[in-house]
Amino acid sequence: MGKILTRFGDGICVELTESELKQDLEEGTRDAADRANVPPLSEEELKYLFDVFSSPYRFVSVEPGNEIILSYDAGTLKIRRVGVNVDRIQALQIYEKLLGADTMELCHVDYSFKPIKPIVTMEQPILEQALLSTHIPLFYGAMPNLGLYSQPDGPFPNPSELLPMGKIAEARESYEATIEDAIKDIVYAGSAMYESGADGINLDTVGAAGDADFLASLKAAQKLKEKYPEMCIELGMAGEFILGMHGELTYDGVRLAGLYPQDQVKLAEKAGVTIFGPVCNTNTTQSSPWNLSRAITFMKACGEAASIPVHVNMGMGVGGVPVHDHPPIDVVSRASKAMVEICRLDGL
Amino acid sequence: MALTHGHASGMGGMRAAGDLVARMQMTRGMKVQEAKKYVADKLKVAVGELTDPVIMTEVRDDLQIGAMTPLPGCAKGMEAKFRIAELLGIDINCVKRFSEKISR
Repeated sequence: MGKILTRFGDGICVELTESELKQDLEEGTRDAADRANVPPLSEEELKYLFDVFSSPYRFVSVEPGNEIILSYDAGTLKIRRVGVNVDRIQALQIYEKLLGADTMELCHVDYSFKPIKPIVTMEQPILEQALLSTHIPLFYGAMPNLGLYSQPDGPFPNPSELLPMGKIAEARESYEATIEDAIKDIVYAGSAMYESGADGINLDTVGAAGDADFLASLKAAQKLKEKYPEMCIELGMAGEFILGMHGELTYDGVRLAGLYPQDQVKLAEKAGVTIFGPVCNTNTTQSSPWNLSRAITFMKACGEAASIPVHVNMGMGVGGVPVHDHPPIDVVSRASKAMVEICRLDGL
Repeated sequence: MALTHGHASGMGGMRAAGDLVARMQMTRGMKVQEAKKYVADKLKVAVGELTDPVIMTEVRDDLQIGAMTPLPGCAKGMEAKFRIAELLGIDINCVKRFSEKISR
């Protein structure tokens, strides 16, 4: 076999020899296994990945019967991001009728619950009208984004300024205060959109601001589920492990800092989350085989630990997909197929 | 990206039965294989037929549960969702809300 054409994590092409491909696959799974304390991929699984990457075809797919459900974060936002000037209801219809979406998400361009709160009454009629003319399940989604609650964007002292000054207690106090405000905003906006008929609420990019961000999302999910027991809540993560920006926060007695997907999903289940979206970030300086092998190792362990449906994040820059606005179909289709078939997922 | 995943591993949404299987994950928390079996039984088709757009176009037309190419007179939007809720034996939030809002 000649050289195998694949890519780096930033999408740039690279040619690998067979031994280089094998080495990258082995090192990728070993890295994930060491970090998350989970089993590495088996010889058989690495052989499967080798075959997927060495396939000469430009596009590959799962075998019939292995298809899964696709859910979308920042759904209607992405149509505007690429400069297509359509209304959000039209965007939902484009995904439903032209892109074959199984589900879709209505969202605002300012994609965080805090800015949604004062305009939620403008969001509700859009959703209510969209639900009259569409067929697929519609989520309403936004991010908890605890960064918006500290100065200069919010009322609380900025932990990122306090920590370098050694004011650790003050920084922790600020994080704790932001959690309470974020929960109120998520529950307020989530309740409004659910009462307008949303099929589900999506909390996206959870944990971006660290353990406080994750805790706020878990508590908000718990409150929403207590209020509306039939509500579907999807919780999608921001990274593969929880940054310990506070360091001592716990949920149900479990310290949040440093948790990997297989532990995150257990807490999501306890909070009442319906669908969990784990993440593995792509390393741009490593090859796609290294990144995908690493991502699948995390996600397989998460899928095995989960009793709720798991939709692995596989957008730009996560799940072995290159960090690029226009991810190449050769690598994305390989990542899609391998992630689904090795991890036995419920969705992406 | 959405198209690549849709082709590589997706169920096809309304072209097939992806939206219906998704509803079972969302309302009952079913894992995908259980959800596929549940939907296939309700539609009286084989699990493997759930992703076949030719078969599912006919099934969806027969059951009036929403069509990619909506012909005159067929159930669309909310009308179709009333039928989906009944067919799958689930509550659909906006269907319940619609029922509460209409005059009696």
